[in-house]
Amino acid sequence: MRLEVDITGKTFRSAAGGTQEVLAPVSFALQSGEVGVLIGPSGCGKSTMLRIILGLDRDFGGHVSRPPEARIGMVFQEPRLLPWRSVEQNVRLAAPDITDAKLAELFRILELEAHRSHFPGELSLGLARRVALARAFAVEPDLLVLDEPLASLDDALAGRLRDEIATLVARRPVMTLLVTHSLDDAIRLGDRLFLLSPRPARIVREVPIAIPRAERSEAELGRIRAELAALQLESK
Amino acid sequence: MLRLLSFALLLAIWWIAALFVGAAKLPSPPAVLNVIIAEASSGALFLHLGATLARVSLAFVLAMSLGSAIGYLMGRVKLADRLGDPWLILLLNLPALVVIVLAYIWAGLTEAAAIAAIAINKLPTAIVTLREGARALDRSLDEMASVFAMPRWRAFRHVVLPQLAPYIAASARSGLSLVWKIVLVAELLGRPNGVGFEIGIAFQLFDTPRLLAYSLTFAAVVLVIETALVQPFEARATRWRPRAA
Repeated sequence: MRLEVDITGKTFRSAAGGTQEVLAPVSFALQSGEVGVLIGPSGCGKSTMLRIILGLDRDFGGHVSRPPEARIGMVFQEPRLLPWRSVEQNVRLAAPDITDAKLAELFRILELEAHRSHFPGELSLGLARRVALARAFAVEPDLLVLDEPLASLDDALAGRLRDEIATLVARRPVMTLLVTHSLDDAIRLGDRLFLLSPRPARIVREVPIAIPRAERSEAELGRIRAELAALQLESK
Repeated sequence: MLRLLSFALLLAIWWIAALFVGAAKLPSPPAVLNVIIAEASSGALFLHLGATLARVSLAFVLAMSLGSAIGYLMGRVKLADRLGDPWLILLLNLPALVVIVLAYIWAGLTEAAAIAAIAINKLPTAIVTLREGARALDRSLDEMASVFAMPRWRAFRHVVLPQLAPYIAASARSGLSLVWKIVLVAELLGRPNGVGFEIGIAFQLFDTPRLLAYSLTFAAVVLVIETALVQPFEARATRWRPRAA
């Protein structure tokens, strides 16, 4: 499976009547098993780009080709759970075919066992984010889209969830698109990093990371980090 | 407990007022109770109550389901809203009496005419309430359902309907009281049975105990329906809301 994004532009009509360019031409492709990371300043148009890729926004120039049968798992910036359904129901409604064993394992990994029957209004934001992750994982997606999934989690949990995302990506041939501010998340998870410019967003540079995720040592990560820092300085 | 006390107070005020104005204008509670018992033992009370209740429920169900569907459509589809709005304003401002009289003229003094007339009176308020509900739907949850490829029916049932439930409950509540008021007029004007018909007779004979006997029993029935059906539905629909401890 392959995701091909070829956006030629996207403009918004503002309330004052003028038009505002949100996306400059952007094109990239993603293969199964690959993690692409979009890194860019806030408000640069990342969320707009995601909405286009997910098919939520059809009013744009260009073309996105996504296998029609691809199952999508999505973690939105806000958890977007159904407040009137329990944690377990929220997950099952998105993934009706999940087996009890798989669900139990997912809840164990994300430490949600105690919260199965709670309603989202009774959860902290960090817990709600974990439920949103569980929901996205539960559908066994072909395309996994993560919009700042680890924001507002403490370091230990964020680190563990990052490992879990890595495990899932390794286990199944999934195309993953991660949007993040965290350079650390990007270099630990990503296979290819797309550095975006401020609005209207375009890809300033594509940085492939050749070393497999599991074999990236702290030293190598440090080297990549330094490289990226140099690149970002250069592009400013 | 407090409700019981308040009810007792009402009875007391009634009783005292009855002593002042005289039994012809306001009979005392026991006098009314006697009529209720007499009417109940002859079976007439249940016949009339049953007839009215049947009309209320038919008209209510008709108006609620049609009104909810139209209101939802108008809240979701702009074109439907534009097309439907003038009709809605007309219906909202049409006096109940006009609808009832016209229905009897056009469709004859029939059961169908009575039920349709009652339903048409309730319809616009159901539409307005549900339209508001549909307009207030959370788009971000729609997007979530669409991204996770939830089938239409599942999304409607689990994403949309729970958001509409408070509006449906509000519309059911106000609708029930509206229908209950209008059904009596429809019965008074063109039906040979029902509480409204009995009240018409009582009015012609200036029979106040009979009038109160019928209206109070029906009020009691409405109260029971409200507490036994509408309130539990509302409580269930909002049970996910975290409550203050």
